[in-house]
Amino acid sequence: MTNLKPVDVAIIGGGWTGLAMAKELVSRTSVSVLALERGAPRTLADYAMDMDELDYAIRLRMMQNIAEETITHRHSARDSAVPVRQYGSFHPGTGVGGAGEHWTGMCFRFMPDIFTLRTHLTEKHGAAHLPADLAVQDWGVTYDQLEPHYWYAEQMMGVSGKAGNLGGKLIDGGNIFESPRSQEYPTPPLKHSYASFLFKEATRKLGYHPYPTPAANLSENFTNPDGVTRPGCVYCGHCSRFGCMIGAKSQPTNTLLPVLRKHKSFQLRTGSWVRRIVHENGRATGVQFTDANGDEFFQPAETVVLASFTLNNVRLLYLSKIGTPYDPAAGKGTLGRNLTHQVQGGARIFFDKPLNAFMGAGCVGQRISDYDGGNGLTGEDGLLRLGMLSANSNGELPIASFGALPPGTSKANWGAEWKAASLQWRDRVAQLSLAGEHMSYRQNYMDLDPSYTDKFGDPLLRFTLNWTDHEYKQQEFAYDLSAKIAPAMGAKVDPTRPSRARYNVIQYQSTHIQGGAMMGATPETSVVNPYLQHWDVPNLWVLGASSFPQNASGNPTLTALAVTYWAADAVINKYLKHPRRLA
Amino acid sequence: MKRREFLTIPASALGGTLLYTLAREPFRLQAQEGTVKVPLRFFTAGEARVIATACERIFPSDANGPGAKEAGVVIYIDRQLAGPYGADKYRYTKGPFVDSYPEHGYQGKENPRETYHQGIAKLGNNFDELPVAEQIQKLQSMEKTHFFQLLRAHTIEGMFSDPMHGGNAGLIGWQLVGFPGPRMSYKEDIDQHFGAEFRPKPASLEQIMRRPGKPWEDEKA
Ligand SMILES: Cc1cc2nc3c(=O)[nH]c(=O)nc-3n(C[C@H](O)[C@H](O)[C@H](O)COP(=O)(O)OP(=O)(O)OC[C@H]3O[C@@H](n4cnc5c(N)ncnc54)[C@H](O)[C@@H]3O)c2cc1C
Ligand code: SF4
Repeated sequence: MTNLKPVDVAIIGGGWTGLAMAKELVSRTSVSVLALERGAPRTLADYAMDMDELDYAIRLRMMQNIAEETITHRHSARDSAVPVRQYGSFHPGTGVGGAGEHWTGMCFRFMPDIFTLRTHLTEKHGAAHLPADLAVQDWGVTYDQLEPHYWYAEQMMGVSGKAGNLGGKLIDGGNIFESPRSQEYPTPPLKHSYASFLFKEATRKLGYHPYPTPAANLSENFTNPDGVTRPGCVYCGHCSRFGCMIGAKSQPTNTLLPVLRKHKSFQLRTGSWVRRIVHENGRATGVQFTDANGDEFFQPAETVVLASFTLNNVRLLYLSKIGTPYDPAAGKGTLGRNLTHQVQGGARIFFDKPLNAFMGAGCVGQRISDYDGGNGLTGEDGLLRLGMLSANSNGELPIASFGALPPGTSKANWGAEWKAASLQWRDRVAQLSLAGEHMSYRQNYMDLDPSYTDKFGDPLLRFTLNWTDHEYKQQEFAYDLSAKIAPAMGAKVDPTRPSRARYNVIQYQSTHIQGGAMMGATPETSVVNPYLQHWDVPNLWVLGASSFPQNASGNPTLTALAVTYWAADAVINKYLKHPRRLA
Repeated sequence: MKRREFLTIPASALGGTLLYTLAREPFRLQAQEGTVKVPLRFFTAGEARVIATACERIFPSDANGPGAKEAGVVIYIDRQLAGPYGADKYRYTKGPFVDSYPEHGYQGKENPRETYHQGIAKLGNNFDELPVAEQIQKLQSMEKTHFFQLLRAHTIEGMFSDPMHGGNAGLIGWQLVGFPGPRMSYKEDIDQHFGAEFRPKPASLEQIMRRPGKPWEDEKA
């Protein structure tokens, strides 16, 4: 083990949250910052040649190599877990920029009631009417506190969209159910696709309030407050799972890295796999990592920032023995608690006209939030929260989409009959998609697996996770809603109703994994305080969606960034001036 | 070292240059003469003939257009198996290996190369010489196997992936479904053509970028 020269701040992970924190630190203070990233460097030039469905969207060339590290999964504490051997219900990133390089770019603000969900649900329905195993919690931070940081993150990326609530004033064409915004979006909405246009017309006719998906795909040339200029999206359709070849999709490497590169106080070390956070008497002294040659290093640091995505945030805390592991039977401990994903659903719909669906961008689409959060729900049927329903055109590619057929059109899924039907239905199938809120439950959590290990022999992270009656109700509601909207779009809905299936680790859902190192008001109920500072180790900060006590319907990254900026203010304005526990 | 094996196919069976028509009926602009010898990376010539035939049953060439044979799907599969994917370089392969729910996916120990060898043994070395009806029957009896599921997925991949991977010869698969391939911009088109087919002429990544791509399968396995 080689001891390296001490730095002021060591950041574990070079993705969205780690680099966002790094940029605030080096541009606003004089501290030295080292980001340790286990993957490879990435530049715009890497993405010019990536418009290849097979290698990028099917074989997942940009994702973290699952052969080296994966997770294990079981549906309940009674089962034994098996490893996720191939991707998978989510796709963790690797390399500079993390999953922020191959993400889709949907940028939602969470609704205010998410941040105080326990209080809100208890007031609305009464404690007795909530599921007994519900584990939702208040965050210890409110939407109003985060609003300026949301705005800061939106400007950094140049998010395109249309405001529906500007300081309480509702605006037609935007999302009138959204949290009040202080400013209009930095750039106007993306263009329509045929499917998104049909969805908008149909839902309007039915009395809903469609709006364009807020997008980190720039709709036009934009220069952000840091002086970084990027071009507008060209709707190439190779977006999600790919890096953007022109830099129109906001990625850490095209927004944050250009600024970070100008600072001598910032260093980025790739190929550095952090194995432990080293600590002594309640203080982190640095991190231990292994480089690409297999050599081991100790990097001393005054402050450690853990920003390695939910999975490794939680796993590294476990491996480093920091915090109190959650014990679901006793209901005690905090580390690993409140694991959430995102609830997917909706329905496939079939058209008799071509959609030209190969054109698109990650966020081209229209959606409705008329049933987002608890909107329009009484809770009497046990359905407390729903989510958003949308039609997206993110670029349909020929391998993944071939063979999408109405049920019953072909007996087999191969051979002449199947081929004929597949050609007939080609480019005539779309999806109405639910992005549903996933509440946290006592039985869904993360800990270390007792038998499977990573390439170094360290235990893998284990998920204990299954859907509950509430998520099935969400899917059933979303299906019925889709069945109402489809005919108004001139389409037929797939008659297959949602099947109340167990959690599936093979079918891609979304890379939105939250919880495990949740934030909160007290050390008994959370891992980090409302400033993302570890309760037990005050010079350790844990960034990212691992801090969310439950997931909202919306994709998490914009909120993870807003919370990172909120924490950065606390680090810079309070902690560095006088290092101490801030709560 | 393994003796170098070749797959010999009549050139006219491979894509060649094709035109796309709006009615989704591709036709060959210029039929090629003679035969081509394609060097194999993984299969023996006999194995390649068995797999080529099975792929052809999965995605047949018929009145609805060309299939796996014309697209050169077997060449695609041969390269995938020879590369890191075939050796499971990107799958978690530590034990213990235990069976689990279908929701946990393939949990077996065999990598794609081994799975293909087992599958070919089940199909039999003379599979390509059986009457078509018997070939179909045999595949039907194997529908539930991991091998068949891989073979089906790989056939679709070989039909519709960029030709740098060895299949989709002459962009025949993309012409069949009206996919234009990678393209730098749809800015002027995305919000046009509503309800009508818009089918730009397909081009490969190399044709668009004017330099060859670096397919993953060419990486050391
Ligand atoms: C296909 C796809 C689509 C998505 N679409 C959206 C979307 O539309 N909207 C949205 O909000 N979110 C989306 N996401 C999720 C989004 O990418 C993540 O929420 C976001 O990137 C998380 O930021 P992060 O900093 O926590 O982690 P990341 O950006 O993933 O960065 C973590 C980094 O830490 C590194 N790391 C991990 N462990 C170690 C270790 N031990 N040592 C050193 N380095 C380590 C990783 O290599 C990685 O680079 C999508 C994700 C995927 C995969
Ligand atoms: S669709 Fe737009 S944002 Fe996405 S990769 Fe293509 S150009 Fe970039």
